[in-house]
Order: sequence, then C-alpha cells, then structure tokens
Amino acid sequence: MRFRKDNQTEIMEGDLTPMIDVTFLLIAFFMVLINFTEVDRAEEILLPKSRLAIPPTVRPDYQIILNLDVNGVVKFGGQQFDAIDLLDSALEREKSAAQIENVQPRDISVIIRSHQDTPTGLVQQLINKCQQVGLENFSLRVKERINQ
Amino acid sequence: MKIQTTEDRNVKLNMTSMIDIVFQLLVFFIMTFKIVEMEGDFNVRMPLAAKESTSIEDVLPDLITVKLKVGAEGKIAGIDVDNGVEGDTYFDADMYSRLTDFVEKTIDAEGDPSEAIETEVEFDIDFDLKYSYTVQAIESVSGKIVDGQVKKLIEKIKFKDNSDQSE
Repeated sequence: MRFRKDNQTEIMEGDLTPMIDVTFLLIAFFMVLINFTEVDRAEEILLPKSRLAIPPTVRPDYQIILNLDVNGVVKFGGQQFDAIDLLDSALEREKSAAQIENVQPRDISVIIRSHQDTPTGLVQQLINKCQQVGLENFSLRVKERINQ
Repeated sequence: MKIQTTEDRNVKLNMTSMIDIVFQLLVFFIMTFKIVEMEGDFNVRMPLAAKESTSIEDVLPDLITVKLKVGAEGKIAGIDVDNGVEGDTYFDADMYSRLTDFVEKTIDAEGDPSEAIETEVEFDIDFDLKYSYTVQAIESVSGKIVDGQVKKLIEKIKFKDNSDQSE
C-alpha cells in the first residue's frame, strides 16, 4: 500500500499583524481607563445620588476621605474605627501630616462618603468631631445621577 | 546588473512568545477593569465658631432656616422653612420642589444678586433622618435645573448642631 506523502510540510502561518494591532489597542484602552488612585473608596458604601453635585476639578492640596457606613463605623486610611469618638488621634495625625506639607487645617479638604441610609445625626457627629480638631472644609460626596 | 531585493531573504520573527505576553496583559487589564461611576461633591465650609453666631442671627436678615423632620423608618415627614419674614411647612410629595421655590423666592426678594449669594441656609435635621433625604434637601436649596441649565441658588450651607439629641 502506498501512503500519500504529506504535502503539509510547511507550517501554515496566517498574517498576525492585524490581530496584534487590535490587541495592543485593547491593552492601551484598558490601561488608560483603569485607575488605582481612589483606593480610599470603600465599595460597600452606597452613596446618595444627586444631579447637581459638582465633580471635583482640581485635586485639593490635602484631602482626607472618611467613609461612614450605616452603623457609624468609619473607614479611613485603611483603618476601621467602630465609633466616631475613636477618630481623634487619627485626625490629629492627619493634621500634623498636613502641616508638614504646609497645609493649614482649615484648608484640608474633608471628603465625607456616607451611605445613603446612614442617620444624618451620625454624619453631623462626624462633622463635629472634625470641627473639634480644626477642620472646616467639608465635601459631601454623592454619586452623579445622569438622567433628567 | 542584478539587484538583490530584500524579499529574497524572507526573515521571519517568532511571534509566539510576544503574543503570549500580550494576551496575559490583556486578560489582566480586563479582569481588573471596573466601571467607576462619576462622583460629585457638595461643598460645605463650616468652622466651629459658626455655632456661636446664633446671637447675631437677627442681624443677618438673609438666613433661611430649614428643618427636616423625620417620620417612620428614617423617611422624611415634613419640611419647615423660615426666612425670618415668613415661614411655611410642607408635608406633601413635592415638598422638595416647594423648598426650592421658597428659596428662589427669598433670593429674588433680595433683589441685588450679590446679596443673594450671601444668603445662607441653616439645616436643622432630626437625628434619625436617612442621609439620602438630607442630600436631596441640600440639592434642593443649592440649585435647580431650568431647561437643562443649572441655576445656582444657595452656596452657603451650615448645619445646626444637634448631635447631642441622639436616639
């Protein structure tokens, strides 16, 4: 019996150039869109929605992001504080860190990210706690509502 | 004379390893990608000393007091408004738009636009009111949307200190 000799000795090679082009484009796209900057965001906090909130255009000289959940637990700087009263030393530490960078306490931007179901009294307690340390520039962060 | 063209020597690069790496990168970026919704701020400048300014409150005519009253399950029950001249209470479903109208009317009564910016709103909020209702009230006094354009109303907002009335 005679076997037919395999005539596919040369490897089939398609033109890979367009695929590589597209793949690089995709990588560039995802690289641009990804942001690791807002690591202070606590994802479990559901912000209230608003149409009129002003998106921050310039990053403040010094900012403190306080995440407040429904039960009054504050997440801040990777730490968790079970009560608002425990924040004193951490806020003092932030204040002195800001002073090293020549930022006055009243210019520190305190961004409050509070869950939409948190009692407002707790938010006010948090603001009072910050005021006692000398902070006075607050931003209440909300999610932008797009629809009309 | 024969010119040797480059096509004669068909140089071939081995692409396999590069494509491997490229796909690894692509998968990494796709996995770590998540759509971040845009966030915005309501700016509130509130020094501690503002609490003592209640004694000079009657000197400032352009202060609007807004009291948000809590109902069942932390929902809003009603809004009391008072600009020193007249006051009102809203209970119905469109209380937020009526709050906006009240603020707009007060500002228009000022006449001078530069004075209107000076107008301040003080919120007196019940402890248990859910934060989303507070934000909605802040939104109602800070502006309104007319024909797709944002009309700014109040920029100065402060809270009345009643944190001690907890529970």
